[in-house]
Amino acid sequence: MKKIIYLDNAATTKTAPEVVEAMLPYFTEYYGNPSSVYELASMSKKAVTESREQIAEALGAKSNEIYFTAGGSEADNWAIKEAAEAYKDKGKHIITSKIEHHAVLHTCEALEKKGYEVTYVDSDEKGIVDLEKLKKAIRKDTILITIMFANNEIGTIQPIKEIGALAKEHGILFHTDAVQAFGHIPFLVDDYHIDMLSASGHKLKGPKGIGFLYIRKGIKIRSLIHGGGQERARRAGTENVPGIVGLGKAVKMAFTKMKENTAKEKELRDYLIDRVLKEIPYTRLNGDGIKRLPNNVNFSFQFIEGESLLIMLDMEGICASSGSACTSGSLDPSHVLLAIGLPHEIAHGSLRLTLSEENTKKEIDFTVDTLKGIVEKLRSMSPLYEDFMKRG
Amino acid sequence: MYSEKVMDHFSNPRNVGELEAPSGIGTVGNAKCGDIMRIYLDIDENQRIRDCKFKTFGCGAAVATSSMATELVKGKTVKEAMEVTNKAVMEALDGLPPVKVHCSLLAEEAIHAALWDYAEKNGITIDGLEKPKSDIHEEEEEEEY
Ligand SMILES: Cc1ncc(COP(=O)(O)O)c(C=O)c1O
Repeated sequence: MKKIIYLDNAATTKTAPEVVEAMLPYFTEYYGNPSSVYELASMSKKAVTESREQIAEALGAKSNEIYFTAGGSEADNWAIKEAAEAYKDKGKHIITSKIEHHAVLHTCEALEKKGYEVTYVDSDEKGIVDLEKLKKAIRKDTILITIMFANNEIGTIQPIKEIGALAKEHGILFHTDAVQAFGHIPFLVDDYHIDMLSASGHKLKGPKGIGFLYIRKGIKIRSLIHGGGQERARRAGTENVPGIVGLGKAVKMAFTKMKENTAKEKELRDYLIDRVLKEIPYTRLNGDGIKRLPNNVNFSFQFIEGESLLIMLDMEGICASSGSACTSGSLDPSHVLLAIGLPHEIAHGSLRLTLSEENTKKEIDFTVDTLKGIVEKLRSMSPLYEDFMKRG
Repeated sequence: MYSEKVMDHFSNPRNVGELEAPSGIGTVGNAKCGDIMRIYLDIDENQRIRDCKFKTFGCGAAVATSSMATELVKGKTVKEAMEVTNKAVMEALDGLPPVKVHCSLLAEEAIHAALWDYAEKNGITIDGLEKPKSDIHEEEEEEEY
């Protein structure tokens, strides 16, 4: 494989070698079923317990509030559907935002079909959920507020503390999809009044297909999977032991090195943003300048289309992503970019670059230099650019 | 995702650019859907396409189909160019992913739109040619941001 510059860490991350190493014995050595009684199985059980404790500590939670799932989407589905079911006698109204991940949005849409009412709160043009509108959306029959911690496309960090306080004040359950935030920005569930929280292993150098849902003690929520007694009988099924071990290790690493890593990422991020905005005309930065994930960059280049841009970057070994329709298989560009008010053609020309602390300044320089050439080439082919230049 | 031919036409598109005094120009698609194609034709007095250029805003398939379409009509008579269908463009590119088939339709429409413009300017009719359906300027007026 040719040398690649990986700038798509919001899509997934490279599993850390230390994580892989920690997982390996649980395939071939300690392969026992954690529910079995013999010595061999106790190793698996211990590993699951330790991972759970690791995660609980990172969140300032108790270990019996952590439920392993097969990733972020599952945790989102569980939290929203089963809380809605459990609290339906109190009401059938849910509040979320227009910029959520599809794991939340499509779950809410599915609930609408079952007779729930959902309010999708606007965000401002930077991509921050509008607190005033959220407050106004609260009703007597509101049972759940679900707002993401940080947006996966434009990296905006939401006012989770304020929303948590608001939910608490009104006695409403508060769930947050923290898939992009957990392990990247520091917070404790109690300080933020979070009742439920989703996270996923593969966004913080852990394995894919493993994540968890934090459920505050005392919250009524239906079981997701019925079967054996695993995960306090709320999510049955023999545990993904290697995955759980890997997740625990990844969380430990992420929290130990958070300060150091985010400092590096921020420096690279700001350097990348500065160079691109200075050197490529007709470009805008999507999202907020400050309330932004340390590793997220999202641009719109006028007059060009994102998929073409991605293919050309890929030819140079640069992995990135775009909110263009062509990359999603639908006709509409990203719902997040439309929600912050971008016209369709500007949304089609978006590019997301998400860094890791392993990226280097040299890689960023190469990326910006390459990007300049590609944007220029695509513009020279673009009828929109032609019209724009002729109009003057 | 794309065939080698598509990748070739995408990375080295043929006939990109504009013509100074084109016999016909056709622009189809709209920015909302993420594809706009513009085709320029230079047609001689024997109704033969002497030259053809394009500009495209769109995905890899949109660029490749425009490039291939221009290659296919170049040197052909207007009548022969009418036989360059989206299927012909797709076949010449060794196929397209199903979600990208509309790009080849757009290429056919862009050629037709340019031929229509040529026919109108010269007061002639071309057998089988219908007024182009999509025109960005019509679509743009409907758009409110
Ligand atoms: C904000 C957000 N929520 C949920 C998910 C889904 O997580 P997973 O891929 O683990 O199901 C993702 C990842 O794509 C995400 O970015």
